[in-house]
Amino acid sequence: MISRVQKVLFSILVVASLVMGGTLWQLRERAHKRLIAGQDSAPTSAPDVAPAEEATLLVASDSDNSLLTQVRSLPLPADPGARARAVLGKLLDLYAAPDATHPVPGGGVSVLQVFLMPAPYFGSKSLTPVGSKPGQSDAEKADTVATPQLAVVNLTGSFASNHPAGIETETLTILSICGTLHANLPRVTQVRFLVDGQPRTTLAGHADLTRTYLATDAVPAEGAHP
Amino acid sequence: MPARHTIWSFYLAGSIAFASAGRLSAQQAPAAPSAPPARFVVVLDAAHGGDDTGGRVAENQVEKAFTLAMSVRLRSLLGARGIQVVTTRESDANIDPNRRAEIANHAQAQACLSLHASQSGSGVHLYASSLSPAQPARYAAWKTAQAAWVTRSLALEGVLNSALLQAGMSVTLGRTSLPAVDSMTCPAVAVEIAPALGSDKKVAAGLDDPGYQAHVAAALAAALVQWRTEAHP
Repeated sequence: MISRVQKVLFSILVVASLVMGGTLWQLRERAHKRLIAGQDSAPTSAPDVAPAEEATLLVASDSDNSLLTQVRSLPLPADPGARARAVLGKLLDLYAAPDATHPVPGGGVSVLQVFLMPAPYFGSKSLTPVGSKPGQSDAEKADTVATPQLAVVNLTGSFASNHPAGIETETLTILSICGTLHANLPRVTQVRFLVDGQPRTTLAGHADLTRTYLATDAVPAEGAHP
Repeated sequence: MPARHTIWSFYLAGSIAFASAGRLSAQQAPAAPSAPPARFVVVLDAAHGGDDTGGRVAENQVEKAFTLAMSVRLRSLLGARGIQVVTTRESDANIDPNRRAEIANHAQAQACLSLHASQSGSGVHLYASSLSPAQPARYAAWKTAQAAWVTRSLALEGVLNSALLQAGMSVTLGRTSLPAVDSMTCPAVAVEIAPALGSDKKVAAGLDDPGYQAHVAAALAAALVQWRTEAHP
């Protein structure tokens, strides 16, 4: 004989099971809709390619120890850091080409990052405001005065270890990087180097990588010796 | 008693005579007819060494061996011309750049040459420090101590350039930043020797050519003799 209490309890459990089953079904449907909505937001078309712009490269030449200015058209991103990396990538691609005037293996992938930050005081050059005009208000100056910037170029370890050893070749690489950065980002007045994110004493046994280079020192007249 | 008095008299007379002679010689010393010759010291810094081999400069030679050989060759040439030479290394040893600068600075040299070699480029590359010239100060920062000597270093670079050109070599002039040179307190030039290229851009004399080494060493020695003449006419 089944007692009345047990019958009531059984009924309650049956009702609860049905309610839970219905809730689970609803949750499943909701999750399914969310997944479909996520697929709809996935990129289905290629992103827009940055428009091609003219970039000035200071290309080194081992034969006469000079830096020659070359203007190349290449897609440049709007972000200054990414822009600097793209320009340096193109420069190092030229050096990795078979007919390079300054052969250095590695290519554009050798530039891991370029960080841009306000330049610390380093002589009078870095404090010279860029773009200010006499008679401007402070607010106007704040908009137009470009604070000098320090660029920190992070190179790969393989680039440094495979770089040809020699004072001339290492100096040309450093000066061409500094000059190219300054030519395309005039606010960059100082350049420092890291290799795999770490400070390194020399590039390949000669040129000092521990010091801060003044980018303006590497911008000679066309074809002039650095 | 008279004997003792006589001894004291001799002692006093001798002391007075000795003191007078000393004072006289001290007074006469500045008027000595011939002053000792001025000291002229050259520091030769053979770059690299030990586990720091430098670059490969020839089929079977690395930069550290070449620079040491050039240092030895140049030292004997300068010694034969009466120039005192201090070298930063005499064997295949790894010397820290700071230690190299210490040796040069202790020598108080009139010329410091940092010897290097490279397969890239041609002829001899002469590099002075890229530091901006600065006034000499009582205390100088170690990493930029060369700043007070840059003007003299550029003058030395000019003398070396003239001598090398006179010897028929192609010369490249430049400025760079080398850790050891930037800390030296002497007229300092980094000399990087590259193969001699002919008019067809092919190697006319490689770095392993003893004749070429001797030719470069002789030109550098001639330049340093000229520098001595200019520094101590």
